[in-house]
Amino acid sequence: MTRLARLRTTLAEQPWELWTRQIAAVLRMDLRKNFLSRRGIWIYLLAFAPVVIITLHAIIDRHSGSMREDTEVLAGIFQFFYLRLGIFFGCLGIFTWLFRGEIIEKSLHYYFLAPVKREVLLLGKFVGGLVTSVTLFGLGVFASFAMMYLRFGDAGQYYIFNGPGMGQLLAYLGVTVLACIGYGSVFLALSLLFKNPVIPAILVLGWETFTPVLPSIVQRFSITYYLKQLCPVSIPGEGLLALFTVVSQPVGTVAAILGPIILAAFVLLLACKLVRKLEISYVAE
Amino acid sequence: MSASLGDRVQVTGDREDRTSNVVSASVPRHSDANGQDRIILENVSKFYGEVLGVNRVNLSIPPGVTGLVGPNGSGKTTLMNLMTGLIHPTEGRVSVLGISPTRPEELFRRVGYCAQFDSFPKGVTGFSFIYNTLRLHGLDDREAVRLSQEAMERVGMTEPALRKVAGYSKGMRQRIRLAQAIAHHPTVLVLDEPLNGLDPMARAESLELFQALGKQGLHVIISSHILHEVDKMSDQVILMSSGYVVAEGQIHTVRTEVKEHPMQILIRCSDPNLLASRVFAQDHVVEAKLIDDGKGVLVRTRDADAFYLLLNQLVVKEKLSLDTVAPADDDVNSVYQYLIGSENKTI
Repeated sequence: MTRLARLRTTLAEQPWELWTRQIAAVLRMDLRKNFLSRRGIWIYLLAFAPVVIITLHAIIDRHSGSMREDTEVLAGIFQFFYLRLGIFFGCLGIFTWLFRGEIIEKSLHYYFLAPVKREVLLLGKFVGGLVTSVTLFGLGVFASFAMMYLRFGDAGQYYIFNGPGMGQLLAYLGVTVLACIGYGSVFLALSLLFKNPVIPAILVLGWETFTPVLPSIVQRFSITYYLKQLCPVSIPGEGLLALFTVVSQPVGTVAAILGPIILAAFVLLLACKLVRKLEISYVAE
Repeated sequence: MSASLGDRVQVTGDREDRTSNVVSASVPRHSDANGQDRIILENVSKFYGEVLGVNRVNLSIPPGVTGLVGPNGSGKTTLMNLMTGLIHPTEGRVSVLGISPTRPEELFRRVGYCAQFDSFPKGVTGFSFIYNTLRLHGLDDREAVRLSQEAMERVGMTEPALRKVAGYSKGMRQRIRLAQAIAHHPTVLVLDEPLNGLDPMARAESLELFQALGKQGLHVIISSHILHEVDKMSDQVILMSSGYVVAEGQIHTVRTEVKEHPMQILIRCSDPNLLASRVFAQDHVVEAKLIDDGKGVLVRTRDADAFYLLLNQLVVKEKLSLDTVAPADDDVNSVYQYLIGSENKTI
């Protein structure tokens, strides 16, 4: 039997249906916690603060400004705020809390005492975090986009439905999903590796910010490297600003989409190893 | 080689080598050769950094109710957490009915663990707490509802089922955790201080439940500080101190093996003075003391079997009429005091 055939047989023998039901059970428990926890209010603020600002801008400056200018402003908000701050810190809050929160609230053992493979549990929790972050930041980005063009009336509608608007919106939403996948996996792994993942997260932020000055091969281990080139509107950057906007040696679109996914898969594999070794020792927390 | 609660009688070594300082005794039981019906710990040690959890523990626990007794910090919870894979051994091997605790997906189909942590996921009701766990097992909605209701009924928690756990009393929280541990009908039940916080009625009902489960052939491992309750419900005991197993087996046989402390036997009979004078002449009898009401003798002997033989002979020869013959220190409490000492006195 060839290696491929053996792999196919092994995969076919796995209890996929059971795992799906178990992941659904984890989701059922986690989504409520993720969306309704009081400590998550600041994540809502991160996701929707630009919407409020854009709405105010639409009201106050309703007779000035051009659509071209506003398209660039929106691109700036997305690249500088959402990608580098909002989604980054939002994912930090959501994904590090998936296991660390259960440890602090001394309830992780209930998951560990169920007949669930730790890897399946990890995947369930990751999907829960992903649904939460994509919903919040996806809605934030969507609402920002809508509010930005709403004030232009028919011209705005035309830009969205007959011009490049819809494509830009879908690209922003796609990049949001990829950012949540990439950052989410990294922060989930960090939360299993460190008791206080905030300091390593700041190092990740530093890495994501300053990799553009490193050789291009090293840049490929950065999530923003891929996401920047998928952004639909480029921002003219000069001087230090170029650090955040310019991609020196871009890869193709497919590679840019697959990049964060492969990176996340690799990090999640590492996280699976960590979660298998995780012990319940609440006293030490 | 593992010490077995089911098939070994072993007398202690000295205190320098605590691994051999184990009193182990029990009547033989049928066991399958691969340990498929046993909980086995082979040379298991657990260290938290430099702090000892348990050290070089060897056990082979058969079905039935097993009491885990020891003072605070003796390693009872560590041992239970090792059996259920919540922590991993620094050294050694653990196997529960032939399953490694590193395989929770198999282990917890057969094991239920009521841990000591008095904490719950936020915002759950008693019912949803159990229901959610059963859904994690992969059960469908109908089956999860049925088993949740059944478990809540078994622990007498049907009425407050839909109230939030945060509003429960300590005893109710204890019972709901117990319900969660038994809901999926496990064959091994590990219970860490399950009687804590329960009122007398609930304690009696829980004891009855544990004994009934033990009689059904389940493994029920219970840690407790309440020695007389452990004595009442356990088929066998494991005594722990400072991370070591100091004795294990059926309590009567363990007591017999504690040779440093002569057995105390209380005899109520028609002529206690005569009995006292006759038995005191024997070498193995250390003391024969008339009890306060003058109707019985408390005998301390180094050889209980020889004493019982002698007693039979005396009854026939002296035409004594016996009212009571009962061991006076053949219980967990006495064994605990003898082996672990009063410095760690528990209830």
